[in-house]
Amino acid sequence: MTGGGFVEVVRSGVLSTVQDLGRPGHAHLGVPRSGALDLPAHLLANRLVGNPPGAATIETTVTGVSVRVGRAGTVAVTGAWAPVTVDGRPASWSAPVSVPAGACVEVATARRGLRSYLAVAGGIVVPPVLGSRSTDLLSGLGPAPLAVGDRLPLGEVPGPPAPVDVAPTGTLAEEVTLRVLLGPRADWFTDDAVRILGTASYHVSTLSNRIGVRLDGPALPRRISGELRSEGVVLGAVQVPAAGSPVIFLADHPTVGGYPVIGVLHPDDLPQVAQAAPGQPVRFRVVAPRRRG
Amino acid sequence: MSWLGLWVGSGCGAVRVVSRYDGECATVRIIPVGLRALLVEVAEPAHTAALVADLHRWRDRGGLAGVQDVVPGELTVLVDGLDDPAELAGRLAGWRPTSARPPDGPLVEVPVRYDGADLAEVARLWGVAEEEVGRIHGAPEYRVAFCGFAPGFGYLTGLPERYHLPRRAVPRTRVPAGAVALAGGYAGIYPRDSPGGWQLLGSTDLVLFDPARDPVALLTPGARVRFRDVDAGGGRTPRPGVPAATREIAASARPSSPARPETERGEASA
Repeated sequence: MTGGGFVEVVRSGVLSTVQDLGRPGHAHLGVPRSGALDLPAHLLANRLVGNPPGAATIETTVTGVSVRVGRAGTVAVTGAWAPVTVDGRPASWSAPVSVPAGACVEVATARRGLRSYLAVAGGIVVPPVLGSRSTDLLSGLGPAPLAVGDRLPLGEVPGPPAPVDVAPTGTLAEEVTLRVLLGPRADWFTDDAVRILGTASYHVSTLSNRIGVRLDGPALPRRISGELRSEGVVLGAVQVPAAGSPVIFLADHPTVGGYPVIGVLHPDDLPQVAQAAPGQPVRFRVVAPRRRG
Repeated sequence: MSWLGLWVGSGCGAVRVVSRYDGECATVRIIPVGLRALLVEVAEPAHTAALVADLHRWRDRGGLAGVQDVVPGELTVLVDGLDDPAELAGRLAGWRPTSARPPDGPLVEVPVRYDGADLAEVARLWGVAEEEVGRIHGAPEYRVAFCGFAPGFGYLTGLPERYHLPRRAVPRTRVPAGAVALAGGYAGIYPRDSPGGWQLLGSTDLVLFDPARDPVALLTPGARVRFRDVDAGGGRTPRPGVPAATREIAASARPSSPARPETERGEASA
């Protein structure tokens, strides 16, 4: 590490982790994919500071993060909308921000959404584990969640930041409606369960984390009551544990599961789940896969 | 002769295709999973290894564009990340294992001290003396059917059915790394300290998972496993008998095991 190429954690927030594109390809060994939950926000933050898509950013949870940047460069904050300051002065959100060496970049508590992404030009270059720098909260792979005083090395600055003032972003809705494709185990549930899934209002439980979003709301009754043989599960799977309320699997999800998956979210709707705060209302809309040919 | 159904996902929902049972035919049920994955259900657990081998062969020849993960389960193989799931569904419609025997994976020998906390209970449930447990457990050659629960945790099949045992009624909050255990029809080894509900027979010094090592996991799907009682006939052997390439690394110190956060997300339990 040369010339102040680091960020130092001044305030860690409730949970801030290093995230990149994760480590898919090891699920057969029981290794979760992990990676940034709001992928478009992670990619945008990197683009704004001139990083490649796979550069590691900091993913915050609700209360943001505060870091001191050791060298002059560009930073950007995307994802959950939160006030950003540099050495106490307001700075732009979702835009490239030039900071001097030693600047303190503060991402305050999110006003809308749950997880902000802080990218620093050069990216965070903690040692990769199985090809990724992501913190995996299920299996403990990757760096530990950030703690005050941690120094994270920065990589070489690959290029100039994006020539934009503010990047356009999608708005975060008050109530999210998630498209769900039925299967693989929708046939384990009653017709009523599918109807309930498509019409009921659920709320994000406080027991949610990077592994899954647990939903409070009506149970989805089973038609087949037996035990499912353990089978591989995918990102965005809507699994229904014994208690009957659904859980949406996020990036740190277990690789195999023994409860039936009633449906799988449309991949474009995953960022909305990543930004859904506890208490937020969630609805599902059952959709058929697009016909091919 | 009976008629057996095949479910074929075609990208526009499940289409039922009926195939005639000819004595050799294995049925597969192909279920779409979201937009980019298929879950392939096979007729019997032994077929997962053959299907995984075929899928790897197709992938290595450039088929299965986009595929990220091929994940065997108890009776299924998940193929995730496909650019064109319908194409694979079509190709799998007539799939059957090319041989009754799954392909031979690497052989891993696991040295065990039969000193587990549940040894007496297992002996009681099996109706044998405690000293017999290791002999019974060590007799079969096991196979890693699939992995899950934690990185490097393999579900091993091969124990005769009369020795199958239920999980403990009350799971332990902490099972030590290296614990050699049983539950249901499976044997397993905890790769690191974690909660767990399996019956503990003994322990091994083998490091099952180390992301800094190649291979990172010793128990990969398809691997064959033998347990060896280190206290039987001549006491402890200094070096665990694992494949030559991994022998030295396996004997080295255990990597640090970060604490696993409390989770009960319907993951495969152990």
